[in-house]
Amino acid sequence: MPHSSTSNLVKILEEDFTGIVEEWLGTQVEEGVKRSDLFSDAESRAQNAELLKNFAAVIRGGMVDGDFNLDDAAWEDLRAVLADVTKERVSRGVTPTEMATFVLALKSPLFSRLQDKLADDPDALIEDVMLVTRLVDAFAIHTNEIFIEEREQIIERQREEMMELSTPVVELWDRVLTLPLIGTLDSARAQEVMENLLQTILERQAEVVILDITGVGTVDTQVAQHLLRAAAAVRLMGADCIISGISPMIAQTMVQLGIDVGTVKTRSSIRTALADALTAVGYRIETVKD
Amino acid sequence: MSGKSSIHLVENALLVSLHDDVTDTEIMDLQDTLSGRIAKEDVRGVVLDISALEIVDTFVGRVIAQIAGMSRLLAAETYVVGMRPAVAVTLVELGMYLPETRTALSLTHALSQLRRG
Repeated sequence: MPHSSTSNLVKILEEDFTGIVEEWLGTQVEEGVKRSDLFSDAESRAQNAELLKNFAAVIRGGMVDGDFNLDDAAWEDLRAVLADVTKERVSRGVTPTEMATFVLALKSPLFSRLQDKLADDPDALIEDVMLVTRLVDAFAIHTNEIFIEEREQIIERQREEMMELSTPVVELWDRVLTLPLIGTLDSARAQEVMENLLQTILERQAEVVILDITGVGTVDTQVAQHLLRAAAAVRLMGADCIISGISPMIAQTMVQLGIDVGTVKTRSSIRTALADALTAVGYRIETVKD
Repeated sequence: MSGKSSIHLVENALLVSLHDDVTDTEIMDLQDTLSGRIAKEDVRGVVLDISALEIVDTFVGRVIAQIAGMSRLLAAETYVVGMRPAVAVTLVELGMYLPETRTALSLTHALSQLRRG
């Protein structure tokens, strides 16, 4: 048995379903959040109708004594549809504000209909308006949560991809490895880089390792510290470490910061580092054309 | 020589293998025996094989440094070989860069370097 205040709402939704969908769309246009550049009219209409259909279904079946809990099992379908719509819109580049306004725009068509219906019963009208407000607000908040969740997943995935991309150890020649570092070198990445490098040294039995920092934008004391620790660990494993790609700018910075590289070999370009490495493992580069 | 760690003469070097569960007293005994043999057998190098070590602490780190220092005084170079990646990371984190030792990937590598002088 539906609560008295939801019965009005249920009636409105049954009587004028398409009208509400159309007016909801209209409000979205007014608020400037319809994004017809991203969604066709038919798509928007289908999304709205689907949402409203599920909305009507839960109002009929999911209310307990005029109250509701969005986490209830009865609301699962609506949550799923909301999630789908939100994910779809996120992936097409809708902003959080637009997404929230999109949901909140449902209020106005419902309010105007309630007002028409309950013109002579102000108490019931206020009660229903409050209920609709709570319901729609809860949807909007839920949508926002999904939105943020979706964004976070994207960020996390990109972070992992970057982590993998950024630490490729390349075998340049027999027993010569190189690790081209690109971007920034924070503690987490330095750790990952070091473990990856040492493991590869063990697997390939490498004798010389070139740490190339051409792609590292800035070297501060912390980055230098990470590099020197990696070099020290490489040496402990029994391989030689050459740090290459030290630009004149970085050389100046390192001296000004008072960074002492100790016995670690440094070279300005990977080219000279490679020549050194090949000599160390007993090869020589010759021109074959005379 | 007590326990599982062993010292063997290979070419002109003494190969010392440290075992995983080596105890502190054992290491101290090893140092004694090793210094005696370096002097007696007049070798050019000491190769310290630590490939069995999975865990190191500052004590082991210091022992390696001491063996290296002692060998140098007796005119032998120390090579540490077979260090595991995790051990290398740990030693660096402990700040023990072992500057007094030479390092090599494997016994072969160390011996060829010793031959070259």
